[in-house]
Amino acid sequence: MKYIDEFRDGEVAKTIAGKIATAVQAERRYSFMEFCGGHTHAISRYGLSDLLPPNVRMVHGPGCPVCVLPIGRIDMAIALALERGVILCSYGDTLRVPASDGLSLMKAKARGGDIRMVYSTLDALQIARDNPQREVVFFAIGFETTTPPTALAIQQAAQEQLGNFSVLCCHVLTPAAISQILESPEVRQWGTVPIDGFIGPAHVSTVIGSRPYEFFAEEYRKPVVIAGFEPLDVMQAILMLVRQVNEGRAEVENEFSRAVTREGNLKAQDRVAEVFELRSEFEWRGLSVVPYSALKLREQYGSFDAERRFGLLYQPVPDNKACECGAILRGVKRPQDCKIFGTVCTPENPVGSCMVSSEGACAAHYSYGRYKDMN
Amino acid sequence: MAEVKRAYARPLDLKHGRVDLTHGSGGRAMVQLIGELFARHLGNDYLGQGNDGAVLPAAVLEGRPARIVMSTDSHVVSPLFFPGGDIGCLSVHGTVNDVAVMGATPLYLAAAFILEEGFALADLARLVESMAQAARAAGVPVVTGDTKVVERGKGDGVFITTTAVGVLPDGLELGGARARPGDAVLVSGSIGDHGVAIMSKRENLSFDAPIVSDTAALNGLVATMLASGAEIHCLRDPTRGGLAATLNEIAGQSGVGMMLQEKAIPVKPVVAAACELLGLDPLNVANEGKLIAICASADASALLAAMRAHPLGADAALIGEVVADEHHFVQLSTAFGGRRIVDWLAGDQLPRIC
Repeated sequence: MKYIDEFRDGEVAKTIAGKIATAVQAERRYSFMEFCGGHTHAISRYGLSDLLPPNVRMVHGPGCPVCVLPIGRIDMAIALALERGVILCSYGDTLRVPASDGLSLMKAKARGGDIRMVYSTLDALQIARDNPQREVVFFAIGFETTTPPTALAIQQAAQEQLGNFSVLCCHVLTPAAISQILESPEVRQWGTVPIDGFIGPAHVSTVIGSRPYEFFAEEYRKPVVIAGFEPLDVMQAILMLVRQVNEGRAEVENEFSRAVTREGNLKAQDRVAEVFELRSEFEWRGLSVVPYSALKLREQYGSFDAERRFGLLYQPVPDNKACECGAILRGVKRPQDCKIFGTVCTPENPVGSCMVSSEGACAAHYSYGRYKDMN
Repeated sequence: MAEVKRAYARPLDLKHGRVDLTHGSGGRAMVQLIGELFARHLGNDYLGQGNDGAVLPAAVLEGRPARIVMSTDSHVVSPLFFPGGDIGCLSVHGTVNDVAVMGATPLYLAAAFILEEGFALADLARLVESMAQAARAAGVPVVTGDTKVVERGKGDGVFITTTAVGVLPDGLELGGARARPGDAVLVSGSIGDHGVAIMSKRENLSFDAPIVSDTAALNGLVATMLASGAEIHCLRDPTRGGLAATLNEIAGQSGVGMMLQEKAIPVKPVVAAACELLGLDPLNVANEGKLIAICASADASALLAAMRAHPLGADAALIGEVVADEHHFVQLSTAFGGRRIVDWLAGDQLPRIC
């Protein structure tokens, strides 16, 4: 695969690994948080940690769209499908996230809910066109990567006067989540989660650009290196972070310059701003209620807002007590620190959301790396 | 099969006709469908006996009574026609392969059809023709069958269940529990072709990929492999769940682990690209014309050469080895230089969001 295989080259990886090994200072420990699940997945899938010196530790961050979705939001989607009889369109990953009463979207489907997996918002629009007598709701989740397509779909629906289409908006914002982590007592006061720098998001940054991270570098003195999702990108970013730490720098650097600019995708940002506005608060799984961390539809597009259209009220639901997803999403614990990891909670029967998506820290460690716990 | 006098029935309208409930009701329409469609294409002496069951000769191999291997498989695929095949030939290949990888010579097939009311007879004819062609090519006749019709909305066009019977020579013992540490792991060709070909034509996912299903009968390849004299411990066809599921199955049954080399696993660039786009792992994608062989390491190169000499094994490769591992992990040494587990899938592979 052209333009992909080049970024998975084992020989180049060895060279970068050699450079990292030379660059790290033996007496120092380096902890870097990869914010995105895409990076978590790449690290696990390519066995990347085998190439790192023992004093470089990667901490998994909360950037996995389905992982941070609280139970109450999935419950809303399930209720729409089972009680309101809508056609609920969802991205694939979301289908298996555990919700209340032992349900998930997948299980709700087996109970008769008309729940359809779509690959894009365009599919959801088409379903709405094909079923004019049915209400069609798109379960819109994800960070800034998936927000522009939702905005476009809503504008398209408005233009076509597609009266049976609406969106259950659960789009969340990356910078707000990073702030929440940096402000957490574990990082700020107690220092129990040492974070020496961030690998910044790949796809998210193509949309929002590198500028939003400058605040973190300046205000919190944390280096940020934006990196692509290929394993060589991650290796190179780690090398760049190690160098910044060694040199006492805290800057935003862009390893993913083939796709990310400082300003980002202005057209996409405009569309998002036209359709969405900030929610004053939003509950995240793991990070609890985070102010101004999510989006809702503007008044002008209110008729496409499923929450208004169906009079839905958000009911917070506590996570399973034994589940450590919250601590894992904040980088406080590792998957293998959770008592139910790999026993009660497995990819077949996930208790927490981190075990669902292959981007989730628990699923990635279970599927790719758990042999390391056995030795 | 009873004859229907021409004067009493119009021939089946294979151009515009559709399956209706009478085709499954046991009346003349059913007899006509069987006669003009199934028997016409699949016909042979055994099927022609026309009784409730086929009477078959005793199983004999080299003059001695032989052990019988039997396997059954239901085929439900959407879409019914896909690049490189259709549910008709697939239903022959799938079951023939299950018997073949036991080391047995498949001899006979039984086929049961569940048809949905409204299904176009023209499509059914295409499927049955394709099935007949596959059976002829594999040298395994369909000797008995059954047809049922369900109401519209209660089926997905056509479901086909096939059962195959074969004979297994004395002394030949292949099985999932026979892999031993040190054994070599071979695959007969590129993986993921079938799954990607199917996905490329799914209604909600249509994309143009120059890729065709690998669906094929493997009994010829297996015969060649057995004739090579290599000490084979296990053969298996990695269908649903792909290479990953099959190797995990064998690792569990044999109580061993495996160490694979990612670089050695053949994946066509177009399959790799499609998987990349869809967020799937080719190791989990289905195959319908590939097999995995586990053999004594000393015989690996001889077996590989034998496989490569057969058209269905031209791209065969040695992809790893069986290792001792109390946890029965299948591990992969990545092309990138790291190591990871190759796990079972939890349910269907679902695309990632980010």
